Amino acid sequence: MTTTASLAAAPKDTEPARKDEIVTELGAVAAAATSTPAVKVSAAAAMPPAPTARRRAAWLDTLSDYAAKILPPVITVALLLGIWELASSQAGAALPPPSKVIADTKDLILDPFFNNGGNDVGMAWQLAASLERVLYGYSIAVVVGISLGVLVGQFAIAMRGLDPVFQVLRTVPPLAWLPIALAGFRDGNPSAIFVIFITAVWPIIINTSIGIRNIPNDYRNVARVVRLNGVEYFLKIMLPAAAPYIFSGLRIGVGLSWLAIVAAEMLIGGVGVGFFIWDAWNSSRISDIVLALFYVGLVGFALDRIVSWIGRWVARGTSVS
Amino acid sequence: MKLISTANQTHNREPRMSQSFLELSLVSMAFKTRQGLFQALSGVNLRVEKGEFVSLIGHSGCGKSTLLNIIAGLYRCTAGGVLLEGREVDQPGPDRAVVFQNHSLLPWLTAYENIELAVKKTSQGKRSKAQIREWVLHNLKLVQMEHAMNKRPEELSGGMKQRVGIARALAMEPKVLLMDEPFGALDALTRARLQDELLRIVANTGSTVVMVTHDVDEAVLLSDRVVMMTNGPAATIGEILDVKLARPRDRLALATDARYLAARKAVLEFLYQKQLKAA
Repeated sequence: MTTTASLAAAPKDTEPARKDEIVTELGAVAAAATSTPAVKVSAAAAMPPAPTARRRAAWLDTLSDYAAKILPPVITVALLLGIWELASSQAGAALPPPSKVIADTKDLILDPFFNNGGNDVGMAWQLAASLERVLYGYSIAVVVGISLGVLVGQFAIAMRGLDPVFQVLRTVPPLAWLPIALAGFRDGNPSAIFVIFITAVWPIIINTSIGIRNIPNDYRNVARVVRLNGVEYFLKIMLPAAAPYIFSGLRIGVGLSWLAIVAAEMLIGGVGVGFFIWDAWNSSRISDIVLALFYVGLVGFALDRIVSWIGRWVARGTSVS
Repeated sequence: MKLISTANQTHNREPRMSQSFLELSLVSMAFKTRQGLFQALSGVNLRVEKGEFVSLIGHSGCGKSTLLNIIAGLYRCTAGGVLLEGREVDQPGPDRAVVFQNHSLLPWLTAYENIELAVKKTSQGKRSKAQIREWVLHNLKLVQMEHAMNKRPEELSGGMKQRVGIARALAMEPKVLLMDEPFGALDALTRARLQDELLRIVANTGSTVVMVTHDVDEAVLLSDRVVMMTNGPAATIGEILDVKLARPRDRLALATDARYLAARKAVLEFLYQKQLKAA
């Protein structure tokens, strides 16, 4: 994944556009799931400023507003399911239609919390195991990423020394790190956590450093005139000023973490949604795979939203006015 | 009546024995550029007395903002030096608070918090929590912004932001208030109102002010002396005009005042005859 821009090039005026770009690329999965642009377009089309609208009751307006927002994605999903059902119902179809998926996985859907020991646990536990690994790996990546990002953003010498290393290492695919992690840790779980860390850390470093370097000189001057010390400058100027950038890095990072964990778990085994999928494939439980993919998508989407919400809350008011 | 005295005469105006409040001697500034050294300022001498309002005027690029930044300590001059109350200026500090052209309020803090940040830092060990709050409110009141104390900069108009910027600078209780084209980004009506308020505030606080401007009327209306700078490179002080108008000054009354018009004409002549710059 080469979602992040180079450390070196960050012209100020193109910044907002570039940030959006990063976010869009990162959340390709999530964005596709929400299909926000499509919804917006159809919503606008569904609400022409008709003169009759004014005469209608207010609740009817609200209702049609909601309908205009909810209907398009519902219709899209229904259409896709319909096409899938038709295509998979043909004789000789390799994949099960949605109706069969639901019938096959009824037990898994209805009881996500069973625990028969070993790998035989409900979907909730599988997802929880994956989330736990992501939580550990991602947390380390946040701390390390922001620290290194501040270092590289603040000090030109650190940037000159570290940037080439970052630029090379960040292009290494997540799974390529797994064997070397296994060799180092001699255990599956810490290796998976390491893979999450190493996957998520690059965009956090790079975005943080861009954010630090884009702190307007005026803010630095204010800090100098008031004579803030290093810690005060870091907490009161640097972090809030760079918050929008840092959070766009955090958002990319969490997306990448979730992408990497499934692949890593397929290889390390144990409880976790990745190995669940691999296990289902080996036992030809295709319907289980479909269900797992659905959950993976939902969780990934939720992770992206959560980080984005936190970011919006933290960075409220930081936009330069 | 002699309105204009040259820079050299100004030096000798007062006996050299007594030290001036703020003293710039032979200040020069060279910037490193790709084409080599660029001499922005050369040999600037200026003495400012306590309570004086001095403005620096000149064409854009003449180094007047650079000079202000040197007084602020944000730049180190490459030759010469700045003394404030006999002590050398070698770093920025709250005793030379700056009102920046684009207000420079921190957008994630409210008007109150922006001022509080400065006050907290400059009142360490001097004021209690309650006193800090009182002092912040006092300064908000001074610029008539207490009604918007909990608003963020993005919710304020340009003039209101600059009021808060002025309040922040005043709240640091600076020995010299430095203003870098403080009203440059405002519309004419807002600018006039803020100029009047600045006159009132400065009259009350007795602040010493050095202000950079490119507005001739602003310079004459507000200042005790207008320092006119020659065009760069190697810009320096061309002439200094004493504005001998009584205070408080009234914008409307001055509009037809012969001394005001003469002062205005003197600055205009300097800018547009002696230092005309090819556009």
